[in-house]
Amino acid sequence: MLKIKNLHASIDGKEILKGLNLEVKAGEVHAIMGPNGAGKSTLASILAGREEYEVTQGEVDFDGQDLLEKGTEDRAREGLFLAFQYPVEIPGVSNVNFLRTALNEIREYRGEQPVSAKEFMQLVKDKSAIVELDPKLASRSVNEGFSGGEKKRNEIFQMAMLDPKLSILDETDSGLDIDALRIVANGVNTLKSDKNATIVITHYQRLLDYIVPDFVHVLYNGQIVKSGPKELALELEEKGYDWIKAEFAE
Amino acid sequence: MSMQTIEKETASSANWKLDGSFVLNSSLRERAKQTLDEMSFPTTRTEAWKYTRVAKIKNASLAIAAPKSISGTFGLDADSLKFVFVNGHFSKELSSTSYPDGLKILALSQMDEAERNVLGESLSLDSNVFTTINTAYATDGLYVHVSAKMVIEPAIEIIQINDGSNVLSNLRHILRGEAFSEVKFIQHSISLAGDSNFTNVITEVAVARNAKLTIDKLQEENENCFQISQEFVDQGQDSNFTINTITLNGGLVRNDLTIEVNGQNCETHLNGAYILKGNQHVDNHTIVDHKVAHCESNELYKGVISEKATAVFNGKVFVRKDAQKINAFQSNGNVLLGNDASVNSKPELEIYADDVKCSHGSTTGQLDEEAVFYLRARGLSDASARQLMVGAFVGEVFEKIENEGVVDRIHAILSERFEWSNVN
Repeated sequence: MLKIKNLHASIDGKEILKGLNLEVKAGEVHAIMGPNGAGKSTLASILAGREEYEVTQGEVDFDGQDLLEKGTEDRAREGLFLAFQYPVEIPGVSNVNFLRTALNEIREYRGEQPVSAKEFMQLVKDKSAIVELDPKLASRSVNEGFSGGEKKRNEIFQMAMLDPKLSILDETDSGLDIDALRIVANGVNTLKSDKNATIVITHYQRLLDYIVPDFVHVLYNGQIVKSGPKELALELEEKGYDWIKAEFAE
Repeated sequence: MSMQTIEKETASSANWKLDGSFVLNSSLRERAKQTLDEMSFPTTRTEAWKYTRVAKIKNASLAIAAPKSISGTFGLDADSLKFVFVNGHFSKELSSTSYPDGLKILALSQMDEAERNVLGESLSLDSNVFTTINTAYATDGLYVHVSAKMVIEPAIEIIQINDGSNVLSNLRHILRGEAFSEVKFIQHSISLAGDSNFTNVITEVAVARNAKLTIDKLQEENENCFQISQEFVDQGQDSNFTINTITLNGGLVRNDLTIEVNGQNCETHLNGAYILKGNQHVDNHTIVDHKVAHCESNELYKGVISEKATAVFNGKVFVRKDAQKINAFQSNGNVLLGNDASVNSKPELEIYADDVKCSHGSTTGQLDEEAVFYLRARGLSDASARQLMVGAFVGEVFEKIENEGVVDRIHAILSERFEWSNVN
């Protein structure tokens, strides 16, 4: 589904990704771990199409298409979803109104009929239940006045509404207490199927107790320096990142 | 607001054709004309006109037009009482002929002379040249008197149409709600094949004790037309006055609202929205003058300015000495879309009482690009994302409007003129 080959990217002339390779297949959950500053969020931003980053080398194939050629919205319409580390508050724009617009623009892109009002309301009801999000919050302004946990639940709610092929969860565990973490993880697990895939970007192992990865990758200094089964996350938790740093020092 | 006559050129020397028949009494008109001989048009050196140049109006070859009959159906609200003015003249054919009890409503030109002759005297002749021009040359206007305790169900719609080119329309409306009455107005300005027309309109409003009066004012004249619109409002005790000023088209539009709160326990609501593009210039000046205690005023103006358009907002709130326990809130927010759009916003509070709660705020900014990115990352196009955000921004003002016909028309303009497809 996703093939990243030799990806190099920089911001303000500083190279952050230095030849990153990654392949994700349908049905898989990949965790990307690594110390602060390794390039984890940069990877998420580049995949979502943030324009501040410049890709200097390499390619990203998403279901047979050149992802880097596409604008942010077209990536979303092709089925890529980024759950933001810091979800944005948008005063006055109602969550459901914007989601209906998003859903319809995605459908139009795919040559499908717009969602009916009834169908849409049912979707909101069903999907908000997955993350135990109060339907009242679903109709409020996007993230405005939401707690940290509500914001992250709202991200997963939107993910459920848009039903993406590939979801990238960028530090979704940051700022969550254990209950919220469980709810968010449960939502992600419920949405998992053999047709979609998930990339979980995290600094800590604890999220991976709830969202169990098929593969764990260690991102350090702009490259994936180590990949392994889920046990690798436990090893990182136990030993920290220093041994990685020592082994792969610049 | 005193005029500074720096220019030698007087208001009377504008190259305008001012022939016709006029509605206000002849001695008042004579005084107005004499005053005009000594007044000049404001320049940007005049404080109240610092950001708005009226040279285009002054230098236009305007003429008062003869009555003209046009065809069509007008009005935003199917159930309203409609009073249509074309180029400053009442159009009987296009207007409603029957109306509910408790209402006296007719064009100034249709009134008994004796009744009409007492009108128009209360406005100062030497403050604002456009007021004086209006007093001297008003060709018509609507007179409405709502009797005490009458609640008028249908909205009263004043439709101001300009058609043709270089037409000068001076309209003078007089709206009076007696004690315990309730009435709602729509004031809608449109151009047909309007080109370089100038509409100079004054609305004198009196809201008596315990009365409630609302005006939804929708301005959508052509991009090369001018409008200067003034409201002078006198609120009696326990009264409630609301005015929603929505400007969605028009080349040069100036709104001057002067609200004198003369009685205690009043509520005053001023909401405004302006969405501008092209070379539009829209100036909203408001004055709320709290002369007595125990009143509340709320003012919310929001604008979205794109291309080379300019918006001006100047909101003044006075709280006079002894006007204690006043709650006065004022807020103006602007979103600039594009580097050539501009806004001048100046909220002003002048407080001479010591036990009051007042606040004002002004914000001008661009859209939050992080929010635009967030929406795009969910599949919205860049245009949809921006439109959704600006729609939500000004939507707060549209939500204050109760008349569905007015709201529908606003949405139609947003979609036709501004190509907004999703309005919250």
